[in-house]
Parts: sequence; C-alpha cells; structure tokens
Amino acid sequence: MRDIQKILAFCKNHKQFTVFCILALVVIGAAVFAPVIANHNPYEAVIAKAEQPPDANHWFGTDKLGRDLFSRVIYGTRTSLTSALLLVVITLFAGSALGIFAGYFGGVTDSVIMRISDVMISFPGLVLAIAIAGILGPSLLNAVIAIVAVSWTKYARLARSLVLRIKHKDYMLAAVLTGSKTGYILRNYICKMTMPILIVTAATDMGTMMLEIAALSFLGFGAQPPVPEWGMMLSEGRAYLQTAPWMMFFPGLAVFIVVAVFNLLGDSLRDILDPLSD
Amino acid sequence: MLEIQNITVNYNKSGKPAVENFSLAVEQGEICCLVGESGSGKTSVIRAVIGNLSGQGRVVQGDIFFEDEPLLSYTSNDWRKIYGTEISMIFQDTGAMLNPIRTIGSQFVEYIRAHRAYSRKEAWEKGVQMLERTCLPDGERIMKSYPFQLSGGMKQRVGIAFAMVFKPKLLLADEPTSALDITTQAQMIRQMMKLREEYGTSIIMITHNLALAAYMSDHIVVMKDGKIADSGDRNHILHNSQAEYTKKLLSAVPSLGGYYYV
Amino acid sequence: MFEPDDLIIEARHLTKSYQLSRYRFLTACDDVSLNFYKNRTLGIVGESGCGKSTFMRMAVGLEKPTSGEILFHGKNITERKGEELRLSRRHIQMIFQDPGEAFHPRMKVKEIICEPLFNFNQIKKSEMASKARELLEMVELPGSFAERYPHDMSGGQRQRIGIARALALEPEVIICDEITSALDVSVQQTIVQLLLDLQKRKQISIGFISHDLALVQQFAHQIAVMYLGNVVEILSGKEVSTKAAHPYTQALLDSIFDLHMDFSKEIVSMDSEIPSPLNVPEGCPFQNRCIHCMDVCRAEKPELWETEPDHLVACHQFKHFKYREDK
Repeated sequence: MRDIQKILAFCKNHKQFTVFCILALVVIGAAVFAPVIANHNPYEAVIAKAEQPPDANHWFGTDKLGRDLFSRVIYGTRTSLTSALLLVVITLFAGSALGIFAGYFGGVTDSVIMRISDVMISFPGLVLAIAIAGILGPSLLNAVIAIVAVSWTKYARLARSLVLRIKHKDYMLAAVLTGSKTGYILRNYICKMTMPILIVTAATDMGTMMLEIAALSFLGFGAQPPVPEWGMMLSEGRAYLQTAPWMMFFPGLAVFIVVAVFNLLGDSLRDILDPLSD
Repeated sequence: MLEIQNITVNYNKSGKPAVENFSLAVEQGEICCLVGESGSGKTSVIRAVIGNLSGQGRVVQGDIFFEDEPLLSYTSNDWRKIYGTEISMIFQDTGAMLNPIRTIGSQFVEYIRAHRAYSRKEAWEKGVQMLERTCLPDGERIMKSYPFQLSGGMKQRVGIAFAMVFKPKLLLADEPTSALDITTQAQMIRQMMKLREEYGTSIIMITHNLALAAYMSDHIVVMKDGKIADSGDRNHILHNSQAEYTKKLLSAVPSLGGYYYV
Repeated sequence: MFEPDDLIIEARHLTKSYQLSRYRFLTACDDVSLNFYKNRTLGIVGESGCGKSTFMRMAVGLEKPTSGEILFHGKNITERKGEELRLSRRHIQMIFQDPGEAFHPRMKVKEIICEPLFNFNQIKKSEMASKARELLEMVELPGSFAERYPHDMSGGQRQRIGIARALALEPEVIICDEITSALDVSVQQTIVQLLLDLQKRKQISIGFISHDLALVQQFAHQIAVMYLGNVVEILSGKEVSTKAAHPYTQALLDSIFDLHMDFSKEIVSMDSEIPSPLNVPEGCPFQNRCIHCMDVCRAEKPELWETEPDHLVACHQFKHFKYREDK
C-alpha cells in the first residue's frame, strides 16, 4: 500500500515524465501484443489488393505487394524496438568498458583506446555505418554492428572522463590502501559511480538509435524485405508517393511518434536526475 | 563608526536563527576579531554587514549603521558607491578570485577605474604603489604577471591590495589567513596591522585562531551558536574571563611548551 | 627512547624527482631518511612544498621512490608490486585530511569500516555487523552509527570513522595526513586523545603529518621538520620549543601565534618567499632566507648531524658540535 502511494506521489511530482512513460509503455505494448492488435498477417501478400487506399478492412491501406500496412506498421514496432535496444545495450557496455579501462589504467591502454576513438569520431557517423554495412552485407544485424562501431566512442569518452574525475579522490586511495583488489575497485567504486550517468545517457539515446537504424534500412543497408521495418517501408513507398501516399505516410508517422516519445522520455528522465551529483 | 545593533539573522524562516541578538560597535582605527567554531554564526555577521547573505538569509531584526548610514536599507546603487571605497572585504580564497587568464595589472586597472575616474596610466601607478605597500617586491613585475605565476601568499596580498587601494574606512576579513602557511600567515598579519597604522582603517576579522585574535585585536568577540558568548580585550579573554565557553576554548588551543600528552 | 627492536619501518635516503623536461627536474623529496618505531609517534611538520606528502605517499607504497629504499622489519619492500604489494598493505594504513572525501559516498559506515577485512578475507559477511560494532566502540561511537552514512555526521565523527577503518586490520603503522586540520579546535583535542589512547593499547606506530607545529609538539616523540624536500631537523616534541636549533625551525616557531606569547612584541616573520621547488639552490636549501648564512652554506649541502642524543640538525653552524660520528 505504502509503495503504491509513493509511486503515485512520484507521478504527481513529475507529470511530464509520467506522461512519456505511459506513452512509451503504449509503444512497447504495441510491440508485445502485436499479434493481438494486428488484424492481418504482415507477410501475407495478395497482389490483387496491392496499393489500395485505407478502408474498413485495411486501416492503413496496402503496400505494393498487397500486404496490410497497419499490421506491418505494428509489427515494425517489434523490429525497431528490439534492434534499438540491442544496439543501445551493446554500445553502452562496450563503450563504457573501454572508457573505464582507458581512464582507470591510463598509460598505454588509455592512449591506444583514445586514439582509436579519435579515428572513429573523425568519420561522419552515417557514412561510416553505410561503409561497414556495405562490406558486411545488408541485414538488420549488420546494421546494428555498423552503428555500434560508430557510436561506442561517445560512451567511451564519457566513461573515461567520469573515471578521471574520481580517480584521485581520497576514497579511491583509501580503497587501494585498505588492500582492495583491482577488480573489486572497478566493480564497487568505478562502476557504481559512473553507471547511473551512463545508463541515463543510453536511455536518452534510444530514440536517436531507432532513427539511425531506420536511416540505414531506408538506404537499403539494414532490414531486408520482407521484414517489416519502418525505414525500409519508407524506402519501398518512395516510388509510389504520388499514387499511394499512405505507403510512406503511416510508416513515417510511426517513426516520428516513437522516436519523439523516447527522446522526450529520455529528456525528462535526465531532468529528474539532474543535477547528477553524488 | 560601525554599529551593529541587536541583529538577528535567519536563513530559514522556521529554523533556528544563525545569529541572535548580536551587537557590536567598532571605532575608527580599531581591530576587532570574531572568534568561534564552525556554526557559530561569525560569517553570517560579516555578510550581514556587507549586505551579502547567501541563500535565503535575511536580517530579521535590528539595525546596522555605518557612519550613521543605515546599511540594511541600502540598495545595490547605494552599495556600489561605498563598496571598495568605504567598506572592503577579503576572503579566505581572495587570491583564487583573480581571473586566471588576465594579468594582475589589467584586472587592477579595471577595478580602479570602475570606482574612480582615473586614466589608465594613473590607475596603473596607483596599482603599483599599492602592491608595494603590501610588501610585494617589485610592483611592476607583479602587475605584469598572471595569477598562476604567484604563490598563494602573494595572491592573497594582491587581494588585500585591491581591497585597500582606496583606503577604505572599514575592512572586513573572513579567515584571510587560514589557507596560508604559518610563516606566510605571520607576514600577512603584520601587513594588515601596518595598513591599519598607515591608513587608520578599522578591521573586523573572522578567525578560528584565538591566539591570532589575541595578538592582533583591540577587541575580541567570542561567538557560539549564533550568540555572543564573551567579549572584551585581550586581557579579559585570556586571563579574566568567567565564561565557560571561553575557558573551554582556551584549554583546547595547543600551546608551545604547554600541556603534553606523553 | 628508541629501541632498535621496536623499529618497524625504516626509510633510507628516499628521493623522489620528476622530470619535467630535459633539463628541468622537480625534486619533491631529497635524501629523506626517517624511522617509525612501535608505540611511538613521528611528527612530520612543514609548509607547502616541503615534500611531506610525497614522503608519505612513498612510505605507504602509493609511489615508487626514484632512489632509496624502504625496509619493513629489516626486509626491503621498495620494489614490491602487484599482489605482493597488496598483501603488504595490511601493515600500514592511513587516515585522510578531508573527512568529507575519504569515504565512498554510497557506502554505509559498517561497509566502510569492514571493507579492509573483506579485502583480506578475514571475516565473513555474517560477521560484519558485530565487527562494525566492535570497531565503533573502539572509537567511542555508538553502535547504531553502523547503519548510517558518513555524510550525515559531523566532521569529528567522520574522522572517528576514518580511525576505525584504519584500525580494522590491526596495522603496525598508521599514517595521519593532516587529520585535524579540517576540525574545530575543541574537536581536535578529542581526536588526538583518542588516537593516543589507541596507540597505547595497540602499540601502534603513528606518523602524524601536519603544518600545525604547536599541536604536534604536544604528543610527538619525534618531530621531523621538512623544508623544500629536505629534513632539516629531528628532535623530540618536548624539546621543540626550547631546543630547536635549525634557523628554519626557529623561524617557524617565531611565526606561530601562541596564547602565551609576548603580545607586546611584533611577531617575527621572514620577509622573503618560499622559493619554488623547481629552483632549489645548490648547497643548503634554506640559504636565501637564513640570517646565519655563511659561504659554506652556498657551496655544500649540510647533512643531519647529531648534536645531542636524539637531536639531529642539518646546519653548518652545528657541524662541529657532533657528539658522535655519523653512522
């Protein structure tokens, strides 16, 4: 009972965050309950019904192969969310780990990791991602790998600067002097102090990551047909913009709404946790 | 010259006041030290005088008169006229308040010209003179230096030079020597007392060092929990005081050749 | 006073210099030799730039000396690293100056003071509560403090937590780095008293670093005065106010504001500045500010000569007073 009251009080104090939380949950709900919400099979192609405008049966109309657009958009939520989540998690852990090692151990480790990161940063992100995806071959997984390769640097640099900020504090010295092992220090001191900020940064990046995947898919380097993915659907619909505008409109709207929701959620999360002081 | 009449300072409407019923009168040329431990309210008193209480601090009762002017009703414009020229203040880290990317000279000239209409050349001369008065060797060289080229003690003396350049009637000092080495501290205190002799400036200084207060001041006020626990001259505080707290403080101060533990 | 059997740590000719560029060196510590004895307090006093912090860091193994050696019960431990170094930390612990920064912001008191024991597998998780209580009792804090966080406590209480943590492993040596500087005067007394009581009970050797000579001379069996990386005088705390011989020590004593000083006299202060550690002159480091400076002072650096039992001075004035040959 007390816990529910606490949660309600929290929600009242942070209205913006609560609203976006609920919207995000709606989006996630759409992904989880896709089979229930979608009224058609997203892969079922009925050529005779191709390029039909929205009507009572096909709420969003049909695409060039006669597949129900509404179902494809709903199932697209699954694709986008899972790939974005995978992307964020891998980037967060890989980037942070490298940044923490660079910051804590310094010396050669620091130089090597930071120079590699400098090289990666000097490339325009999307271009490099396209190059990598092109080399590896177009697929959703390879798109994820390509974006990880480009985005880890942000977390590495952030993690490194956070470590440097606390490395020379008295309590870190005390940990060494009281005989703590390096692994223990990294887990209980460094990670505990840096992870909160890194996780919040990752949460606010969800929206951006989804957009990157959609962009790669739009260009043909990400999800491949017949997987329902909004970016790819936008690309397929481009040729039909004059004749069947709904083929671009609805996937575009979906991208817009979901990315906006997650971006705003991340912003309000950061507002709550700001100032991030220990 | 300065009269603090029964002030009470509060930072938090419902909580305990930081300063309660504090009164003090300082004559021209007098040095007065406020001594106390942390939380005694001594900083709040000084900040109330200079009109710079932090946060939600307010003087909720009492008056402060400087040469019969009511300081509590001063506006920012009024303060601008007297701050730096009639009343000045130095802090524990006054040296650190210097802009690190500009030379001392450029900051000093700007400071001087902000208060009085001097030409650049006149202001520079005045600056050099003042620096040498605070026993900084080679004022010209100091004016051309950057803050990072000076030691902590030297920077603190630059701070004093800024504060004293217009020969203010009153100098407020908030633990100006606490962050300095012992030998530098002795230099600084000698300096401040010389300036009092030369210019007749009154000084109100906060310190936690009772012996320093005894050395330097004509009048000592011991504070505890926002109230005056004891006050009097050196003789009274060191030898004749009956106040419990004063006796406690006196016994806690380590003394050369005094009590030994081992 | 100092039995050779009681010698725990011997620092011999420790030097630490940093190379800033091809020809510029910063010598933070120059040929410093000091000893830590059981149940005795060594006070290290000096102003900024004197090298006391650097010496301390070398003594606890946080930094390797450029030259010189450290002996622990006769064994050379200077070159230890890795796991061997970690294991040797059991014997020498430290208490820090700023009680606000000395503890992990998210750990409770019981976790903080038992952490050293967990690091060496000396207690199990189930024993943490009772061990914490035991340690808190030793530093005269109530057992309920175990569940609190240090930032909820006063400076004096936090410093007691620091002492408790340092005691957890029952070390032979505890180094105190300006532990009283951030405390009020009345609290300083209680902390010092607590420390000395614990010293007597546990026969600990204490290294007390401070700039407050008046405080340290009240309880240090031996005080080493440092200036620009050199030890200039070593004598017992009791004798500092009467028998200090080195001109720098005397200057320090003259600069102290003391309750029993002669208030009618102006306080003596040296009008010169402490030179930068980058510019330590040849010969005696104090030559530019010393009123007794002679020609030999500019040419030759004085060694620590023993002028009386347990009183060493690094000054050419006393070279002829040696009462026995240098060991």
